[in-house]
Amino acid sequence: MRLVLVGTSHHHAPVELRERVALNHEAGAGLAKRLAATGGEAVCLSTCNRTELYVAAPDVDAAERAAVAALAELEPDVEPALYRLRDHAAALHLFRVAAGLDSLVPGEGEILGQVRAAHDAGTTGTLLDRVFRQALHAGRKVRAQTALGEAPASVSSAAAALAEQVFGDLDGCSIMLVGAGKISEQAARSLLSRRATIAFVANRTLDHAVDLAARFGAEPLPLERLEEQLATTDVVVSSTSAPGYILDAETVARARRGRQLLLIDLAVPRDLDPAIHELDGCYLYDIDDLEAIVSETLAGRRGEADRAEAIVAAESEKFREWQASLDVVPAIMSLRARAEEIREGELRKAEGLLGRLDDSQRNAVEAITAQIVNKLLHLPTVRMKQAAAAADGVIYAEAVRHLFGLGEDER
Amino acid sequence: MAELLFWPTLLFYGEAAFEYFGYARRAGTPGRAAIWGVRLGWLAQTALLAVQAAREDGFPWGTWAGSLNLFVWLVVTVYLGVRKPYRLLGLAVMPLAAALLVVARVGGGTGVGARSHYSNLFLVVHVGLVLAAFAGFTLAAAVSAFYLWQERRLKRREATILRRQAPSLATLDRLASRAVAFSLPALTLGLAVGIARLLGDGERIDAVIATTVVTWFVWAAYLVLRATRGLKGRRAAYVALAGFALVIVVRLALPATHFS
Repeated sequence: MRLVLVGTSHHHAPVELRERVALNHEAGAGLAKRLAATGGEAVCLSTCNRTELYVAAPDVDAAERAAVAALAELEPDVEPALYRLRDHAAALHLFRVAAGLDSLVPGEGEILGQVRAAHDAGTTGTLLDRVFRQALHAGRKVRAQTALGEAPASVSSAAAALAEQVFGDLDGCSIMLVGAGKISEQAARSLLSRRATIAFVANRTLDHAVDLAARFGAEPLPLERLEEQLATTDVVVSSTSAPGYILDAETVARARRGRQLLLIDLAVPRDLDPAIHELDGCYLYDIDDLEAIVSETLAGRRGEADRAEAIVAAESEKFREWQASLDVVPAIMSLRARAEEIREGELRKAEGLLGRLDDSQRNAVEAITAQIVNKLLHLPTVRMKQAAAAADGVIYAEAVRHLFGLGEDER
Repeated sequence: MAELLFWPTLLFYGEAAFEYFGYARRAGTPGRAAIWGVRLGWLAQTALLAVQAAREDGFPWGTWAGSLNLFVWLVVTVYLGVRKPYRLLGLAVMPLAAALLVVARVGGGTGVGARSHYSNLFLVVHVGLVLAAFAGFTLAAAVSAFYLWQERRLKRREATILRRQAPSLATLDRLASRAVAFSLPALTLGLAVGIARLLGDGERIDAVIATTVVTWFVWAAYLVLRATRGLKGRRAAYVALAGFALVIVVRLALPATHFS
């Protein structure tokens, strides 16, 4: 049984192409079942960044052709954008995917769950089960032992992460959006994903505020009413196109009544008076501050990525050794079966002599002969597995078959 | 035996302190090595205290150095109790624990053979409660120092702030206040017991008692102002550090015993 991977990802295909070969959970499971129908195994991993088919089959060329055909059936133009990997290379790729190393944003955490779901929905056997379990293990290990996925990679997620640095759990945190544009909306979504509440949307044009507020279940406000709601707000996200400051330090000092306040100014020119940052308990971050944080965290991710690559390489090497050991398993099993057959045959021949023994004596003879067989075969078994890991497994297996006269039918 | 147990304790606490510095820079192995250092050091120190107690007649931590040894154990015990969500607090707690353990050893508080000043249950309860309260205040002060550090990072808009994330300001503020809320009743009871005994014996109030009473007022003010005037954040952290400075004075600068 060998492993083959056929797929495409954001590295090879634009979104217009990827979306045509994207499969939902049921369709992916159905395709995997179809590919595995000829006695193999198959898993379909389909996310917004990739569609990949992992197939394990004795005839790897036929399995690859079937996988390519299955994707081309969804979109004929996808074929030039497909990559094809086999055995160790395919496993290493999956391990990197599970670790988030192949993601658009390195280290993103969602992919691990998607790999798990694909595995659960797939038609798996010994090989794919092993490779997916080990990939999930590698992904978890990377997350536990590196900081690859800890830092945000966009300005809006950095703003949300900063809010968590001040308020901890954002559940129940009250957010005020000032400005009803796209940037405000992105920041709001990041905060919402961390369970914050968008309480107010303030805008110079109230109609625009009403639209956005309705989407978030917030209260629309005209800019003139900003001050009165500051006292109940934890985070202010501002991104208007106003030419000057819409909130100054005196207003904030007067309105906030001792509460801690995080202010995110995403506007250029800036909306919020920089002097607000000097107030006790007030933290004001503008777009440059956030971009500096994002670029620093991305630099950190690159450093962590090297450590993650090392973890993934070690895990994939373990898989390679395991897969290589499969080459010698039939020979080992045949050898052990032959030895057991000889042992039982000799015991039967000595039945006349053994018949005079009581049960405990017979059991002792059984145990001793079994132990002799095990001890004799232990070292050859270990050496064959070691040889398999060093790529000499097939030669050793052939030698064992030849030396012990193991039949071809036992392979 | 006690001598033999001191060095592993110091080694593991020192190792934990060192690893926490590594953990502050990157996740993974240093964090696990640090927490194992804390656990093993705590076990070694527990054994050390057990040996001290077994060899002595009465309460064996009667000297200031001996009680400092017990105090370090209490601080680490409290940290082990709360560390799970706030592992990085070890960065503040473990170097302090290792340093105070060295001070306790220099003062002769980690060996056996010192004559105990406390030979009855009454005084054991008094000293035990006061030391437990001081351990809680130490944790509150460590958390408050951590708060000030984290707040400073936010104020300085450090670009690295999200690379290695510390607990949030709200979490640190809440944890410090809880540590004080648990410790103040212990100090109140320990102090009341001690003063009652002292007055019963017709002794005079000495510098240790006077400073401890001032310490009590500072920590009580922390809680009262928090409840009534919304004392929070940076100001609360400064009050906690002031209270801790008094704890240090009581623990290190003044003679630890006033009972015979």
